[in-house]
Amino acid sequence: MREITYRQALNEALVEEMERDERVFLMGEDVGPYGGAYGVSKGLIEKFGEERVRDTAISEAAIIGAGLGAAMTGMRPIVEIMYIDFIGICMGQINNQVAKVRYMFGGKTKVPLVIRTEGGTGRTLGAHHSQSLESWFIHIPGIKVVMPATPYDAKGLLKTSIRDDNPILFIEHKMLYNRKGEVPESEYLVPVGEAEVKREGSGVTLITYSQMLFYCLEAAEELEKQGISVEIIDLRTLLPLDIQTIVESVKKTNRAIIVEEDCKTGGTGAEIGMQIMENAFDHLDAPIKRVAGADVPMPKSPNLEKLAIPSKEDIIKAVKEILGK
Amino acid sequence: MEIKKEEAVFLLKKMMQIRQFEDKIWELLSKNIAQGGSHLYAGEEAVAVGAISVLNPDDYITSTHRGHGHAIAKAGKLPELMAEILGKATGVCKGKGGSLHLADLSQGNLGANGVVGGSLGIATGAGLSIKLRGTKQLVVCFFGDGATNQGIFHESLNMAAKWSLPVVYLCENNLYGMSVSVKRASAVEDLTKKALAYDMPSENIDGMDILAVRKTVRKWVDFARDGKGPSFIVCDSYRYYGHSRSDAKVYRTREEEKFWKGRDPIILFGKKLIEENILQEEEIKGLESEVFDEIEQATKFAMESPLPKPEALYEDLYV
Ligand SMILES: Cc1ncc(C[n+]2csc(CCOP(=O)(O)OP(=O)(O)O)c2C)c(N)n1
Ligand SMILES: [Mg+2]
Repeated sequence: MREITYRQALNEALVEEMERDERVFLMGEDVGPYGGAYGVSKGLIEKFGEERVRDTAISEAAIIGAGLGAAMTGMRPIVEIMYIDFIGICMGQINNQVAKVRYMFGGKTKVPLVIRTEGGTGRTLGAHHSQSLESWFIHIPGIKVVMPATPYDAKGLLKTSIRDDNPILFIEHKMLYNRKGEVPESEYLVPVGEAEVKREGSGVTLITYSQMLFYCLEAAEELEKQGISVEIIDLRTLLPLDIQTIVESVKKTNRAIIVEEDCKTGGTGAEIGMQIMENAFDHLDAPIKRVAGADVPMPKSPNLEKLAIPSKEDIIKAVKEILGK
Repeated sequence: MEIKKEEAVFLLKKMMQIRQFEDKIWELLSKNIAQGGSHLYAGEEAVAVGAISVLNPDDYITSTHRGHGHAIAKAGKLPELMAEILGKATGVCKGKGGSLHLADLSQGNLGANGVVGGSLGIATGAGLSIKLRGTKQLVVCFFGDGATNQGIFHESLNMAAKWSLPVVYLCENNLYGMSVSVKRASAVEDLTKKALAYDMPSENIDGMDILAVRKTVRKWVDFARDGKGPSFIVCDSYRYYGHSRSDAKVYRTREEEKFWKGRDPIILFGKKLIEENILQEEEIKGLESEVFDEIEQATKFAMESPLPKPEALYEDLYV
């Protein structure tokens, strides 16, 4: 199968869905001639014109608010927030408006809105350009949170997200844009809300998503050489959480470690771990573990930045600990 | 021209420091010695140096994502700034901040900011504090044309005007916010109009002319110190480099770049000083090589400095 980058995969999803449905349009900062800060919308303005690929002013609150208004009145907007770090500026719009209108209005409106953004660590950009803020959003009933790791999932999930009648926060990872993977030429969709077992194993289940998937896969390779078998679940969607897939795996391995890039305290692992407790406690042979980011703002220094997020070694260590090796 | 030789040398040298500093950062970025991003200030030197040169040392500034120039102009030490950009332990923020977060509280620099518009509220609050503490200080709040489309710009100007705070809001209009021109982003091209809504006095000046910047900023600084409240100044200028390292500059023409480089603030000022017989060409060359040595030393210091120790990860989070 052909291999393309995560960036290209996302670009194809945008092109295909904009061709398929003329209600779909893209709006955000520098998405036009510049092609988006990470190059995802390159070539779109040439293809679809300025009406459907709109460069906005630097006005995050209005970008989200306007996206919502357009979604409630017949359009299917994709709006881009350049870095998830800036999402605080429009948090009120997302939390109080985007996520709540349908419920507050007794189900009388739909919000087919995709908020594309990008997060994560790895470019030594410091505290305002490196955050993993997904846990803020799993605390908001009414939106869905999607975080693809592979080019295949990025394309399939973005297409599905655009077709979904619910608001979706679609979080890409800045270190994955250049990563290549197999993506078929023919059309396919990946359902929102379904995790996937990316590697089968028997000793322990690693539950992860986004960039950390690749750290887990590398750790698993190394552990296999040492005779330790690891199963890896890529959540792909954080909200709604596919607890079923997690429980099935834990029933088999009896051990669970959540590997997450965000700050540990109040992070995604806290919620996932608790759901495992609620749904699979009897199958656990050891306390659930978390390998997570440090509870600090992201430091600039390259060495501190590395220390602030999980490493392959941290994952290997946690696996050995949970197995008592 | 009413400027003493000593002062002229100071201004010219500061601008040269910024230019050569930025050219050096560009070189370090290209060689991957500096990692991450850096938004360079080259081309806009007259704005930071001119505006900050009329302030007292205990006055405050707030800076932006394009903050190296403000930091240098506000008495920043070149080696510490360079080390910070490389994320070294000897940096002005101990390597925790980096290019986007240069700050030197001891010099009244309340910090660069990775968030566009992020410092407008801080400047307003510093102005409020000055008023409450009853001192004679003031704040110059730097931000770009792009930031004037953020909600917090309007909220801050309204608050400062209502409470008559000692803040000079200084907009660096370099025609673009990343790739989007003022023309394409803003409903009004004349940005001074945005202050009209808050009855705030405003003025648009040539930001490539350091003497014009000084004259106008001094006027509004005096106004604020006299307790008459905030003002809004728009300085027209141009950034020479792309927005960041990866910027192919498809949104602007090479002719436009040439036009603005033909109005280079350092060359313009140098010429004027020669014409007015304040400095000789040789002296200017001498200054340039002095600055060259300073930048080389700063770079050497930064490169030879250690990275922070691992324990530093958890330091300085709380008092
Ligand atoms: C809130 C926010 N939105 C977007 C960005 C990304 N970004 C960084 S600088 C920039 C352009 C800023 O333009 P302007 O205010 O004119 O300053 P300039 O870069 O021209 O100096 C953008 C969009 C950001 N850092 N913060
Ligand atoms: Mg600008």
